Amino acid sequence: MKRHLLSAGDLTRDDAELILSTAAELRDLADRPIKKLPALRGRTVVNLFFEDSTRTRISFEAAAKRLSADVINFAAKGSSVSKGESLKDTALTLEAMGADAVVVRHGASGAPHRLAHSGWVRSSVVNAGDGTHEHPTQALLDAFTMWRHLGQSRPGGLEGRRVAIVGDVLHSRVARSNALLLQTLGAEVTLVAPPTLLPVGVETWPVETSYDIDRVLPGVDAVMMLRVQRERMNGGFFPTPREYSRRYGLDARRMAALQDHTIVMHPGPMVRGMEITADVADSERSVIVEQVTNGVAVRMAVLYLLLGGNESGA
Amino acid sequence: MSTYLIQNVSVLGGEPQDLLLVDGVVADASATPAEGAQVVDGTGLIALPGLVDLHTHLREPGREDAETVESGTAAAARGGFTAVHAMANTDPVADTAGVVEQVWRLGREAGHCDVFPVGAVTVGLAGERLAELGAMADSAARVRVFSDDGKCVHDAVLMRRALEYVKAFDGVVAQHAQEPRLTEGAQMNEGELSGRLGLAGWPAVAEEAIIARDVLLAEHVGSRLHVCHVSTAGSVELIRWAKGKGVDVTAEVCPHHLLLTDELAATYDPIYKVNPPLRTARDVEALRAGLADGTIDIVATDHAPHPHEDKDCEWAAAAFGMLGLETALSIVQETMVDPGLLDWAGVADRMSSAPARIGRLDDHGRGLEVGAPAHVVLYDPSVRRTVDPAGSASLSRNTPYRGMELPGRVVATFLRGVPTVLDGELV
Amino acid sequence: MCAQERPPTQAGAHSEPPPGRTVLDERDIARALTRISHEILERNKGGRDLVLLGIPSRGVPLAHRIAERIAAVEGYAVPVGSLDVTMYRDDLRLKPARALMRTDIPSDGIDDRVVVLVDDVLFSGRTIRAALDALNDVGRPSAVRLAVLVDRGHRELPIRADFVGKNLPTSLVERVQVRVADTDGVDAVTISDGSDGSDGEAQA
Repeated sequence: MKRHLLSAGDLTRDDAELILSTAAELRDLADRPIKKLPALRGRTVVNLFFEDSTRTRISFEAAAKRLSADVINFAAKGSSVSKGESLKDTALTLEAMGADAVVVRHGASGAPHRLAHSGWVRSSVVNAGDGTHEHPTQALLDAFTMWRHLGQSRPGGLEGRRVAIVGDVLHSRVARSNALLLQTLGAEVTLVAPPTLLPVGVETWPVETSYDIDRVLPGVDAVMMLRVQRERMNGGFFPTPREYSRRYGLDARRMAALQDHTIVMHPGPMVRGMEITADVADSERSVIVEQVTNGVAVRMAVLYLLLGGNESGA
Repeated sequence: MSTYLIQNVSVLGGEPQDLLLVDGVVADASATPAEGAQVVDGTGLIALPGLVDLHTHLREPGREDAETVESGTAAAARGGFTAVHAMANTDPVADTAGVVEQVWRLGREAGHCDVFPVGAVTVGLAGERLAELGAMADSAARVRVFSDDGKCVHDAVLMRRALEYVKAFDGVVAQHAQEPRLTEGAQMNEGELSGRLGLAGWPAVAEEAIIARDVLLAEHVGSRLHVCHVSTAGSVELIRWAKGKGVDVTAEVCPHHLLLTDELAATYDPIYKVNPPLRTARDVEALRAGLADGTIDIVATDHAPHPHEDKDCEWAAAAFGMLGLETALSIVQETMVDPGLLDWAGVADRMSSAPARIGRLDDHGRGLEVGAPAHVVLYDPSVRRTVDPAGSASLSRNTPYRGMELPGRVVATFLRGVPTVLDGELV
Repeated sequence: MCAQERPPTQAGAHSEPPPGRTVLDERDIARALTRISHEILERNKGGRDLVLLGIPSRGVPLAHRIAERIAAVEGYAVPVGSLDVTMYRDDLRLKPARALMRTDIPSDGIDDRVVVLVDDVLFSGRTIRAALDALNDVGRPSAVRLAVLVDRGHRELPIRADFVGKNLPTSLVERVQVRVADTDGVDAVTISDGSDGSDGEAQA
């Protein structure tokens, strides 16, 4: 694997399965009396969050701390005017502090890429979500969750599994990363959305697309519902929230059409009653809470594999 | 005044001959005694008429940290230009006779090339009401080209009025064709790549819809229209169609749109961020063909200097634009001459005569015939050079060609028979 | 990040004869393990409070074999598990990040038990130092013992084995390689001069 984790597309199948199997080992740590490993002792991980995301930041923080790394949280919610300057200046500050890894969340697509390749910092860069581009660790934890439920936690376990990703694909970094990673792992992805919420050029992605959720649901092994952000509701992408829910929401009636083993996922935070109803979110099929648990294990695996060895590592 | 004898030079790519410049005018080398002339060896060089840029951002007044009239015109001279049109999006905006006269005067003082200010179409580029176009036309700057460049005159009624109004003084509206609603927050060409990179898409239709409307408006009111920085295959098609119908429309293409493609956005390096955005290889091909067959009349640089900090940041926060004056001729050689799409006479037309004609300049673009003003570029097409931003005469360094090897080099530029550049260096 | 030391695979291993000079063959290994099993029981006065923890990869099948022998003698099963020490190694930073191997602590834990660590080769002692640290994060055994199939000497830490299958004097340039049927298709301990390019011995 490369020195940075910027895109789920950077991961080979071997890389991805190594992360999943490492995460599987690390997940058991939560059951032990001492939830700590010494692998990153003396390393410094900086959580650099230009956007609010308490859950992702906490997940990375827990992951780094369980590996004994020193963690610095840097909440730099930049103003729109000075945004560019603050990314570079902040990066230089972190470099001066001797950060070994920078976990970055930024509203601008490609900001982690800039951080990694601009020469501002020497540390590893982990993309914790950039604009409408990617969120690779979310995809890894989603894949890990599917792998446990549908793939017996074995290499190749997701081969041929069918996954529907439903909702605002256009603005979703989660959907992009998932589409790339699941394809790498051999799963078949169908993106389901109204045509206004599918990106231009989606036909060149390694996925199927559909406008009709009811036709897709009976055939899938996992269904992932994406959040519909409030600002999209007034953006003219669909007429009303009610119509969206009716056509693309997952409710009890639609859940009944799923196969017995099919799991329901959501990267959170959910808008209950919009893309998913409360009874579905809280049902036995829902692995939404487990996704959070798995997030820590997957992020530990990523940090360990990026920082655990020497830097000149292959 | 001075006399220069350029020996053994290939005028417009033809057989080597001598070229004599006497008192600011091209003289007959065979008839006129060249006594006391300073001799320049033109062996292996091509002589072109001084280049005319219809689209330059000199940034002064307002952003003298990015460029000044002095530095921008120095860059122009080094690129072989003897005239540039300074765009109106300065601070204050060039929307009054006072501002355009100031820019015009600064150009005369700098002396590297002639500066022809472009006037804003609307007050403050706000797209709401017409600026005092007549006052700018009547000023010492003699403005003939009007543009809100950087912003589109998107209101159809306002555009119609502007097209009609400038007829009174033979002006032209140079439209920055960008439908604003379709490009809200847009960052790069909309296509498969923008979807993958998560950068908001800038659809070709946002440019083409405005061009389509404007050529119909121009036809309706019988005005002439100039289209800035055409960037898509569809735009070329529309302009070809309009010209076929007899609409009085001209169009420009920028060097970067002849060479670079949207694939460069994958680096997330904002050095490649420009308005209109870099497009696909298919668009590049159509633009080259359009320039070759005359559908696109001219090459214009859209030279857009930005200070380092405005590019040394994440893509979305960066400024649009790239340098162009010092590399334009090399890129035209690379993309048009070397592939056989255009000969040197064609280059002289697209980069000198035609832009001067559109800008209604009397003293430029008149070729190298005896009696023409002695605006001359000596260009060596045989050398190759690697672009080093630090070597630019511009105050800014935002060239997308950094490290790239390009053909050709401007050896000398003469403005009214006086060298502004000799041996590649400013005089 | 890329896996430098992936767990050995079984594919194709059966046909390859081990390179180098064989110092223990299948029977020798069986005898050694039997003897170790008896010694453990003797020393511990039975197997009731024992937990066997193999150190991956080859310590794990060896631990299972010892457990089978103890069960055969005592008539009850002794808990067996595995303890991956990768993250505790003192040379973690000297190589690219390594894939983790299985840690599997028996469900009743190790508190107040006698833990017998089982590994294939004892060399510098650094792996066992790491194992002791790892064990410390898992629980508090009443005692920790060490069983190894081969002790090749050259200790760099004050560590010794309680139960040794064979003491094997070696020079530092030699390679000692333990193969076990479960992962390598064959039981054998070989020694080579280190120039045949055979994959690394258990670096202990």
